[in-house]
Amino acid sequence: MSSPPTPPEAAVVPTWARWVRLPRQPMLRHLVFAAAAAGGFYLLTSNLSAYNDFQVGEIALYAVALAGLSVLTGMNGQISLGHGALMAVGAYTFALLATHTSINFVLELAIAVGLTAVIGAVIGVPANRLKGPYLAGMTLILALGLPLLGDKYQSVFGGDQGLSTIPPTAPGTINPEEWLTWIEIIGAIVTLVLLANLLRSRFGRSFRAVRDDEIAASLAGIHVARTKVVAFAVSAGCAGLAGAFLALSTGVVTPGEFPLTLSIGILAGMVLGGAGSLMGVWWGAIVLVYLPEWSTSFSGTFNLGAGVSAYLAIIVFGLVLIVVMLAVPNGVQGGLRWLLRWAMLRLRRSPPAVAELQSEGHSVS
Amino acid sequence: MTLFIDVTLNGFVIGMIFAIVALGLVLIYRATRMINFAQGAMGMFTTFLAFSLLNRGVGYWLAFVLAILIGFLLGAIVELLLIRPLQGKPELNPVIVTIGLLIALEGLAGVIWGNSGRGFPAAFSQSGLTVGHTKVAFSHFDVFILVVVFALMLGVLVLFRATNLGLRMRAAAFAPEMARLLGVRVGRILTLGWALAGAAGALAGLLVAPTSSFNPYFMDLFLIYGFTAAVVGGLDSPIGALVGGLITGLCISFVGGYLGSSLEPLGALALLMVALMARPEGIFSRPAARRV
Repeated sequence: MSSPPTPPEAAVVPTWARWVRLPRQPMLRHLVFAAAAAGGFYLLTSNLSAYNDFQVGEIALYAVALAGLSVLTGMNGQISLGHGALMAVGAYTFALLATHTSINFVLELAIAVGLTAVIGAVIGVPANRLKGPYLAGMTLILALGLPLLGDKYQSVFGGDQGLSTIPPTAPGTINPEEWLTWIEIIGAIVTLVLLANLLRSRFGRSFRAVRDDEIAASLAGIHVARTKVVAFAVSAGCAGLAGAFLALSTGVVTPGEFPLTLSIGILAGMVLGGAGSLMGVWWGAIVLVYLPEWSTSFSGTFNLGAGVSAYLAIIVFGLVLIVVMLAVPNGVQGGLRWLLRWAMLRLRRSPPAVAELQSEGHSVS
Repeated sequence: MTLFIDVTLNGFVIGMIFAIVALGLVLIYRATRMINFAQGAMGMFTTFLAFSLLNRGVGYWLAFVLAILIGFLLGAIVELLLIRPLQGKPELNPVIVTIGLLIALEGLAGVIWGNSGRGFPAAFSQSGLTVGHTKVAFSHFDVFILVVVFALMLGVLVLFRATNLGLRMRAAAFAPEMARLLGVRVGRILTLGWALAGAAGALAGLLVAPTSSFNPYFMDLFLIYGFTAAVVGGLDSPIGALVGGLITGLCISFVGGYLGSSLEPLGALALLMVALMARPEGIFSRPAARRV
């Protein structure tokens, strides 16, 4: 998962991109993608019911959280089981600002993101000394321990009742629910464009260099410790934004919204889409939003009882993590990319290249 | 003063349970150089199986032993089916698989047994012993826990220090290539390490279940405390697991007793961070040289 055999720079431009003649400048190309995505979402939301709009918003907010984790794990080789807890930090910060102050809504979001990023950096500092499994353990403790603070300091965080948030007023005649969805979509698109640019920048290259070989990276003049802390802070900032959006869209923040299963669900969604793939986050986000519904209807069809459906979703997360790691370590997006390259080479009838790709197999990780 | 004594006693007892969880993590770390995040969940699952056996009228001690045997098998199966195929892959991949196993087992236990409100019975009375005229927070069951853990640690020590098998396990852990050349079946030794860890996990589950609410998540916190204990003591060292367990147990018990139980996980986090800053290799492990 952390060391692709092909040079990443060469693999970043998909084969079809050469055909469609996208702008060669990364920034422009990302903006073209963003505009296309925004147009697609506009068509989608204006044709859907209010409840489906709400779900599209949820997909957008999970895409933000997954993108943060995907950059951290896929591009920098660090793992976090605590992104659910970091979402809680963003959500509570946003809700506290919304209840106690009357500052601008965008500023509230920015503060929530900033504070979560700072907390991420604080975690990232000791994480520097930790190889993968230690970091996983430490963030696991965070995922279990942090939400308990909501119960401990009830006067601040409202205990089990939690805190409520006020949705921002929609301009003009726009339907408030649709406006909320649009805020989340814009947030997701902006985040993904910024992350895509970051990954093509000097920072992004040093992320990957540290992931592939820390010693080589430090010999090449990269400050390994600082790079890892920055990666964790960026990733945490994304989780903070997702948390603030979650607070907005559900209208209330409680400790129960951030169980361990959320953190592991985010990991599963990221792994499913493909670690390090910013396109893949949408697959993971769609599954995260619709899985509870599917498992409810599944257990309803087979009369499994009310309590079972929540556990079914958990089993699916677990199976996703196991099966993807064993069979397609690059996730859905990696699998699709492999299929596409395979089909292209077949079209051009280049047997050696096909054989090479086949020997490479699905372990394109 | 009573609070202090109770908290200390409680710290010793929970520390012993952390030591068993940590021992499981250490056995697996020695075998395959990874952390098994499903260590707690595997123990949870076998304990639920024991619960089913008890409900079918099987005797307590028979169910107890059967659960440990199933844990042994479960550990071996997990190593063979899920961990072995990932050999040579990036080190995060098997870790992610064990996280998947953790949550899949919890979901499965939830589907099969639900949130059954009934608790798991203890082997011995759980009401505090009376010393002089005051009742202290130390029961017959706690004595049983202490005896079991010391017997287990002694067994592991004898296994590693005094038997041929233990020698082969140590060889496979510290110099797999050399061990293989000398005729040790390293693959089987790795499976055995996982199997022993599975048995230790099952034992931990059986000892924890009577003291906590009995739901699919009851081992979650014990996993993170066991992890803390293993890191504090040194992931390579069974004795480190015992000492790390005691330190973590006392730390958690004091945080819980004096600051409130909802701060316990963050207390473990603080202990873990201090340990990693001060002695990243743990108390009982040899510091590893980094090869360039």
